[in-house]
Amino acid sequence: MSSAVQTYSDTTSAVFGRLTWDSFPFHDPIILGTFIMVAVGGIALVAALTKYKVWGYLWNEWFTSIDHKRIGVMYMILGIIMLLRGFADAIMMRLHQAMAFGDSLGYLPPHHYDQIFTAHGVIMIFFVAMPFVVGLMNYIVPLQIGARDVAFPFLNNFSFWMTASGAVLIMLSLFVGEFAKSGWLAYPPLTGILQSPGVGVDYYIWALQIAGVGTLLSGVNFVVTIVKMRAPGMTMMKMPVFTWTALCTNILIVAAFPILTAVLALLSLDRYMDFNFFTNDLGGNAMMYVNLIWIWGHPEVYILILPIFGVFSEIVSTYSGKRLFGYSSMVYATVVITVLSYLVWLHHFFTMGSGATVNSFFGITTMIISIPTGAKIFNWLFTMYRGRIQFDVPMLWTVGFMVTFVIGGMTGVLLAVPPADFVLHNSLFLIAHFHNVIIGGVVFGVFAAITYWYPKVTGYKLDPFWGKCSFWFWLIGFYVAFMPLYALGLMGVTRRMSHFEDMSLQIWFQVAAFGAVLIGLGILSFLIQLYVSYKKRDSLRDETGDPWNGRTLEWSTSSPPPQYNFAFTPQVHENDAWWQMKQHGFKPPQEGFMPIHMPKNTAAGMVLAGLATVFGFAMIWYVWWLAAVSFGALILGAIIHTFNYKRDYYIPVEEVAAVENRRAEVLA
Amino acid sequence: MSEHHDHHDHAEEAPHSTFKGYMIGFVASVILTAIPFWMVMGNVLDSRNATVLIILAFAVVQIVVHMVYFLHMDFQSQGGWTMLSLIFTVVLLFITLFGSLWVMYHMNVNMMPSMMGAS
Amino acid sequence: MSNAVATPAAGNGKLEFLVRGEHHPAQGTLLGFWIYLMSDCLIFASLFATYGVLSLNFAGGPSGADLFDLELVALNTAFLLISSITYGFAVLKMQQNSLRGTIGWLAVTGVFGLCFLAVELYEFYHMIHVGAGPQRSGFLSAFFTLVGTHGLHVTFGCIWLVTLLLQLRKHGLIQENKRRVFCLSMFWHFLDVIWIGVFTYVYLMGSMV
Repeated sequence: MSSAVQTYSDTTSAVFGRLTWDSFPFHDPIILGTFIMVAVGGIALVAALTKYKVWGYLWNEWFTSIDHKRIGVMYMILGIIMLLRGFADAIMMRLHQAMAFGDSLGYLPPHHYDQIFTAHGVIMIFFVAMPFVVGLMNYIVPLQIGARDVAFPFLNNFSFWMTASGAVLIMLSLFVGEFAKSGWLAYPPLTGILQSPGVGVDYYIWALQIAGVGTLLSGVNFVVTIVKMRAPGMTMMKMPVFTWTALCTNILIVAAFPILTAVLALLSLDRYMDFNFFTNDLGGNAMMYVNLIWIWGHPEVYILILPIFGVFSEIVSTYSGKRLFGYSSMVYATVVITVLSYLVWLHHFFTMGSGATVNSFFGITTMIISIPTGAKIFNWLFTMYRGRIQFDVPMLWTVGFMVTFVIGGMTGVLLAVPPADFVLHNSLFLIAHFHNVIIGGVVFGVFAAITYWYPKVTGYKLDPFWGKCSFWFWLIGFYVAFMPLYALGLMGVTRRMSHFEDMSLQIWFQVAAFGAVLIGLGILSFLIQLYVSYKKRDSLRDETGDPWNGRTLEWSTSSPPPQYNFAFTPQVHENDAWWQMKQHGFKPPQEGFMPIHMPKNTAAGMVLAGLATVFGFAMIWYVWWLAAVSFGALILGAIIHTFNYKRDYYIPVEEVAAVENRRAEVLA
Repeated sequence: MSEHHDHHDHAEEAPHSTFKGYMIGFVASVILTAIPFWMVMGNVLDSRNATVLIILAFAVVQIVVHMVYFLHMDFQSQGGWTMLSLIFTVVLLFITLFGSLWVMYHMNVNMMPSMMGAS
Repeated sequence: MSNAVATPAAGNGKLEFLVRGEHHPAQGTLLGFWIYLMSDCLIFASLFATYGVLSLNFAGGPSGADLFDLELVALNTAFLLISSITYGFAVLKMQQNSLRGTIGWLAVTGVFGLCFLAVELYEFYHMIHVGAGPQRSGFLSAFFTLVGTHGLHVTFGCIWLVTLLLQLRKHGLIQENKRRVFCLSMFWHFLDVIWIGVFTYVYLMGSMV
């Protein structure tokens, strides 16, 4: 432990715990530069917000809002911000690996490089993919089922702020102390207190624990919302496919995240109180951590991909002008995946040595799970078959997804063969495989969904030119960046290396780095697209609320929808409810409005999550008094909140009538 | 859905409890708890395996008793969703518990044969 | 599939696409809380699994047979079981709209909960005192964590119970409070169910090694 970059102190003070001046990165020019940039940018942002007096607006209309639409948008913004951070990590890694051959050691010292690949994985899964997926469900699900909000609106706001709180802690680790150097799942004994005495693993633990509470509660929230709040007539088999996949995803969240919570708690007990769960001596068993975390980890990948399957189902049928082919088989496939996702976890560690019986069981279940997924691909293809396909940007993403995801799925089946896995385990082949399904699946799906539903959220479409630029850069960039990793993996190159001796490999890494640059241009194009579309919003405006000739209920509202979503609760008769309404020449009524019962905004969610952030920070730095105070305040705050019985109000009928009549004028 | 307009929380969906139900559950639980304790504390059977199987069976029955008489589980309440979620959870619980025991046992057998049977 | 249903209706008139009048979606709190309990159940599943895997890893230290005092465990089981039935009485009183009865039985339940916690703390204290603390071995880590997590839940249940008593005194048996009493009853009975697993799998089976 004689490292020059010891970012923790051996002694802890009563007031500051192990936080000292050395915890701040004054000695590291790269981090210090980033810190100064972020600080200057942050101060500029705060100054601008203050100058244009938007704090009140942000506080009243957004931060304390319990409107599922506002919360959905905040999740998406969180996802975009964290995507930039996660991508910055990615490009630093690619650049470093392209350089670090032979005599060159690259530009990142190993301890820094290790933090970057850990942060990249953690951020991309927990703070990019999860907020995107949860944000989409937040915005769309209540609209699709004809509800005015989710079942527990306050909880929804609290969940968002808990997720944001976890993100804050991760970002803080960049500038105060360090992050974990252990890889994104933090396997012990490397993450035990003996091998990782610094604050990095503690940042990891508390960021995930706090965000995990938010995710779990939002899972409960959405299961109840979908089960209890569907419009009359919308039976289970008349739900839109996206809502079905959202239901299955949230069931998985409720069933899987407790296991993550438990296993991280056990690791904390090892680290903080010298328990012996995963230690090397005194009867600990480190493989039990690996076992448990993958019981969460495998369902987690389906948590991410299932709603995306739903997104593509909506898009394919809308842009093909057809009802989705094989609706019920799609639903059954989703349910089967939901259950099977619990029976495959060991394929992540075939090499643990459980022997042939165990490995073959999990190899076979893994291969079986590809069958319902394959069925879905055929459903999308048959939906497109003989449809009037419009190749708008969401459809481009969809076709790109189908091709890319199938390749990723096939390499996955290859990895499911235990003998092959013994060769490819922890190689770059694995890295290429999971980026293939996560980028080709989740990321493409999120961009498709953003393009598809953007007019619903803002009232104007996204500029197609920059959308196409983004798509092609992402698609080509992905193949350029990750196909070389397949080749390298087959040659036996392992993951997480910060230096290579074999010069013949360098060209592959340089190609991959170029691919990462292309992906960067794809992200840049997306940001330009947001800006350009905002500038051109008048020409891109959609007054109808239904720009794509959609099929499900969210397109029956105005864009953006009124706060209460529906002045009258829809009555559903069949699948694709809005399509049927249009077929029957439905006209929104002009009278008979009633006051609408709505939940009130509250700052409680943000306050409680803020206290949780403080608690997490205090625990990370061993500031025990602060941890005790903030934890007490958290419990007390939650109790005080339960004494508030007046959480709702009525939107007066005049206001509803005014909003609805304005819409009628626009439509006329 | 349209018949209850005037009332906000019509009748609440909480199941109705009865004194008789609670007492049946309580008496059954006392018996189902006492027998396993007696079997273990009194070393009633020579075979450890038999005792384990019997007390596990008692535990399962007692859990069902609690579910039915204290938690009022049935297939009707909440449109069957509570029962469905319970069954799903029990399945996952078994997968987690016995799956972990199974794979970890095989790892120990294969990787640390010398330590098996030491304890 | 429902085309066949919709078309004839549309043929002879108009399909109604909106619910006229006020529409109240069903209340979801009880289902939501039940689903939360199911997730909690899976936390315990992980802890049981960990205990199962580590239950023979004594590392030369004491085993369950050396440490467990089954008479104490039987006493604690009795406390918890009695608290379940007294909570049941509170719910019955609530159904009869008797505020005093509800509060009274809830208080009794809380007292039994505290008795349970006191015995458990005494047991933990005793074990740590004889050098069998959670740091001693993988087995003891898993034991303390599984039993302690159950104990933390009971502690939280007691805090909630006190909060609920205050709310009942302040607002009486209004609909929200009835719902809360019912949620806590599910929590309380659920903890009893977990305890069945604990005394069987940990204490009784552990004493037979």
